[in-house]
Amino acid sequence: MIDKTALWTVIIGLGLGSFFLRFVFTGLVGDKQMPAWLLRHLRYTAVAILPALVAPQVLWPSATDGQFDLPRVSAAVVTLGVGLLTKNVLAAIVSGAVALYGMLYLVG
Amino acid sequence: MAITTTKSAYRKGIVDALPFVLVIIPFASLFGLLATEAGLNVFETLTFSVVVIAGAAQFTALQLLQEDVPTAIVLASALAVNLRMAMYSASLTPWIGGAPVWQRALAAYMTVDQSYVAAMTQYERAPEMTVPQRMAYFFGTVTPVVPLWYIFTLVGAMVGSSVPDSWALDFAIPITFLAMIAPMFRTLAHVAAAFVAVIVSLIAVNVPYALGLIIAGLAGMITGAQVEAWMERRKPGSMAR
Repeated sequence: MIDKTALWTVIIGLGLGSFFLRFVFTGLVGDKQMPAWLLRHLRYTAVAILPALVAPQVLWPSATDGQFDLPRVSAAVVTLGVGLLTKNVLAAIVSGAVALYGMLYLVG
Repeated sequence: MAITTTKSAYRKGIVDALPFVLVIIPFASLFGLLATEAGLNVFETLTFSVVVIAGAAQFTALQLLQEDVPTAIVLASALAVNLRMAMYSASLTPWIGGAPVWQRALAAYMTVDQSYVAAMTQYERAPEMTVPQRMAYFFGTVTPVVPLWYIFTLVGAMVGSSVPDSWALDFAIPITFLAMIAPMFRTLAHVAAAFVAVIVSLIAVNVPYALGLIIAGLAGMITGAQVEAWMERRKPGSMAR
């Protein structure tokens, strides 16, 4: 059972902390000019962070206790492949979901 | 569809974010469901989602709370998962830093992976957009996402544990992220950044407090910046003369 004090401390602390992280640059830097070298790095934030977030979850999903899972890997490959071919987010999501459930049905 | 007014920017934001509806619904429901399984009541579960709006950090906190980890460590770990939001904030600043502070604060509260990526993609594709149009677009992208995050957290909490694990709802988010990554591979520098970030994230997966993600992200960003600089030097007539 989760302790109520701990729970509310985490909810409020995480809420305030997350807001701070989200606001720290847009709020405090605002329209001041940032150096060119920094901007050059920031251009690659999204394309670096999202794949890094996903890769371990694809290979070692927590839902299977970190065991390699063929349906999840197949779904990831199909999603990325369809995304690259079509550049269409919706088509990629739907194909990935179809691959995931298809493989879960076949394998599981 | 060209953006000519703030209203059309807002509408385009909504349209571009519609695919995310498919994944926010299962993901929010999953949080509601797991939170009630962990012993939270409906009010606590909904408050959690409204106050924090960050799926990955919420799941991390929920899991650690159940493992009797000290509260300070729970907070630190969940915030580390959210550290990427500071990087998002930094990369949004050149585009929306000129907006009124209340708009920037509101946008900060609603910055989630989906809205951030959709907005950055649009800003880079249409650099002629004005700051009010950029803000309108941003608020458009969160319009279909954030309310559904609240509503389906609530639905998940009320439906409770009647959804079996075999539905594999956990994989909704990896699929969305993968679908969002593909259109971002515009140059060799983008591909190299993603490639290095993936390799480092796999090597650093056991680094405590989810800091592996930040290390991998920084490695990818440095790679992207270096490759971009290298490609500019190779361009005939730029640095050579």
